[in-house]
Amino acid sequence: MPDVLLARYADCIFWLARYVERAENLARILDVNETFSRDSRGGQNWRSILQLNSDEERFLATHRSATAQSVVNFYVIDSENPTSIVSAIRFARENARTLRPLISTEMWVQLNVFYNRLAGLGEGELSPGNLASLFASIKEACQTHTGITEGTFFRDQGWYFYEIGRYIERADQTTRLLDIKYHLLLPSPSDVGSPVDVSQWNALLRSAAGYHAFRRLHGGSTTPQRVTGFLLLNRAFPRSVHHCVREVGRLLSEVKSRHSLRGGNDAAEELDRLEVLLGTLDISAVLRSGLHEFLDSIQRQLIAITRELSTAFFGYTPEAHQAQTANSQ
Amino acid sequence: MDSSLFDRYDPLGFYCEMLQSAASRTVRERLSGLSIDALMQRAASANVELFNLGITFTVYSDAKTIDRILPFDVIPRILSSEEWQHIESGIIQRITAINLLLDDIYHNQSILRDGVVPPELILGNHNYRPLMRGIDLPHKTYVNICGTDIVRDERGTFLVLEDNARTPSGVSYVVENRHMMLRAFPDLLDQIGLRPIENYGARLISALHEVAPAGAGDPRVVLLSPGTYNAAYFEHVFLAREMGVPLVEGRDLLVENDRVFMRTTGGLSRVDVIYRRIDDDYLDPEAFHPDSLLGVPGLMRAYRAGNLALANAVGTGVADDKAVYAYMPRIIRYYLMQEPILQNVETHICREPEALRYTLDNLASLVVKPVGEAGGYGITVGPKASRQELDDCRAKLLADPSNYISQPCIKLSVAPTLVDGRVEPRHVDLRPFAVTGSSTWVLPGGLTRVALRRGSLVVNSSQGGGSKDTWVVA
Repeated sequence: MPDVLLARYADCIFWLARYVERAENLARILDVNETFSRDSRGGQNWRSILQLNSDEERFLATHRSATAQSVVNFYVIDSENPTSIVSAIRFARENARTLRPLISTEMWVQLNVFYNRLAGLGEGELSPGNLASLFASIKEACQTHTGITEGTFFRDQGWYFYEIGRYIERADQTTRLLDIKYHLLLPSPSDVGSPVDVSQWNALLRSAAGYHAFRRLHGGSTTPQRVTGFLLLNRAFPRSVHHCVREVGRLLSEVKSRHSLRGGNDAAEELDRLEVLLGTLDISAVLRSGLHEFLDSIQRQLIAITRELSTAFFGYTPEAHQAQTANSQ
Repeated sequence: MDSSLFDRYDPLGFYCEMLQSAASRTVRERLSGLSIDALMQRAASANVELFNLGITFTVYSDAKTIDRILPFDVIPRILSSEEWQHIESGIIQRITAINLLLDDIYHNQSILRDGVVPPELILGNHNYRPLMRGIDLPHKTYVNICGTDIVRDERGTFLVLEDNARTPSGVSYVVENRHMMLRAFPDLLDQIGLRPIENYGARLISALHEVAPAGAGDPRVVLLSPGTYNAAYFEHVFLAREMGVPLVEGRDLLVENDRVFMRTTGGLSRVDVIYRRIDDDYLDPEAFHPDSLLGVPGLMRAYRAGNLALANAVGTGVADDKAVYAYMPRIIRYYLMQEPILQNVETHICREPEALRYTLDNLASLVVKPVGEAGGYGITVGPKASRQELDDCRAKLLADPSNYISQPCIKLSVAPTLVDGRVEPRHVDLRPFAVTGSSTWVLPGGLTRVALRRGSLVVNSSQGGGSKDTWVVA
């Protein structure tokens, strides 16, 4: 019997991976912001996180100001907020519920328990003293998911679409992190090179779990250009955009040949172009001509790749893609 | 130590599944060695595990959906191998007769011409599907999956209460309850000769292969579900996993040139057999409910063309109708020339004037059931009903007598059940599951449903029922 995967399942598994990856990244950002990104006056800038997710307008519609408590509540336990961690894990769990015939029982149970725990969190558990351990446990639950998946998920087509979703989301998250932080961290030329500035760049590396690797590579010399180059282009760093894009390209070509899937050539070509671009990029030229514009164009290409995968494999008609983007927000 | 778990247990004159069964002696003695606290502790951890595993059914309240576990009682219900042999042969006999009845009423209709069953009861039944006339099914099997509801009266006699021949549910709880008991009570199970129930999925997929269209080669089987919001979604997942087949929704399928396909990452892929958990009415908007979004347009064309097997077949609802049920002993005699092994509960068909009069005269002692409803809805239990409820029931009977049957109030057997820190008697029934391809196999045991409210006779999960593991022991 030929090996087949329902188009709808491919869609669900792709988004399951993306939501968990998204939740993990958000926990990283909140954690680092809470712990490391104090400015010279000891204050924290919580507004940048709202900008990162383009949530500022929505947030301010229901909140008076961006305090630590209100932003953390908004992003951790606010189930009305579709970009909160609890919402991401709810979407992941809903996809997992649909996918129960496909995924391992261990994957389902862990996500089910994780979601029930998040849904049961109250504001009391988000007090300043609890935050570090809370974020650590959220990150760990996401990583547990990834580990259980690695160790139990049958390596058929579903696995490929899971991995493709995970790497696309990770690449996207890294560009967003870089985009906001870069502009935030260069408020005035005089700040550059000051001790505060270095601690901010270190915080950025930490939130992407790249601090130690960066140190090994560059020793004590932290510059905006090096940090940006590392997060965007380093081939060995698992969260760099280049690494993620290369993985997506490899996975796509493998699933196409192993499972005789004819579709997806447009996405494959797009990925090739992006990989070549990242492989030959001169980071100082990018910084001169505008990092924001560059990151924006990468995000748009990732969206285009997702759209092409959706029509090639997930059963979407090109018109329906609009609706999908809305659903998967 | 305050001695046995059952010391203060009193079955209140009902037939007790535990105390009156010789087969349960070993288990009873082992349970007696446990303290009530230990039992409660094991029960609590079993329930947490069920919730974490998501072995739940879904209830809707306000705008929220809530996942609930089917309350699970840890004290097993035990059947001896002799009791089981009796039930098993009775069920096989009954299903054989039901399949013969269905084949007959969609072909020659000899049972109607011979005056055994009133033609209007069959042909006027809203579950009778004229579309099925003249379709020849492999092995003449219409009912592939059947869940027969059986109760036990105060003498311990097994009686059939209902034949669920459409899309009976509950088998997933049977298997999951067993897994739970294997983990929580390994000490009870040792050396008692417990019949295994592991192979339900394997039996089911073999039966579905047996009824696949001729020429399907290695047939592609799928399970068709209404989707994740269906109350029984967990069971659909369970069955798809146990059979190793895709769990699809209507939107995953389409019909082209009278053949069924599913949408996959590689394009369209043929489907030969559908185990559908969707009622006839919603299966194909071209043939039935035109506004159904759950089904697949054109499915019945593929079915009639012989390119598809559906399990259960379309139009089986006429056989588990509560009015047709009353004729089942005569149906068995007619087709098989045998006496029924399992008896019916005495049933008065209110469409018959004499039965209606009897029912109205004895309303306070009878159970009145609408013939078309499932899940325990619309039942009036005479001895428990208020004057107002009896008056309402009388009015409904007079307005539409043929919509009702009545039965004496069976004093259902009880089983010891852990309730609020005590072991108390609670009424139980039994739903064994039978799988039929070219022949019929019955899963040993079945779902024991238990009415958790004191004195309640209603065991349905939608009405506050729970379940127990059912052990057939040597």
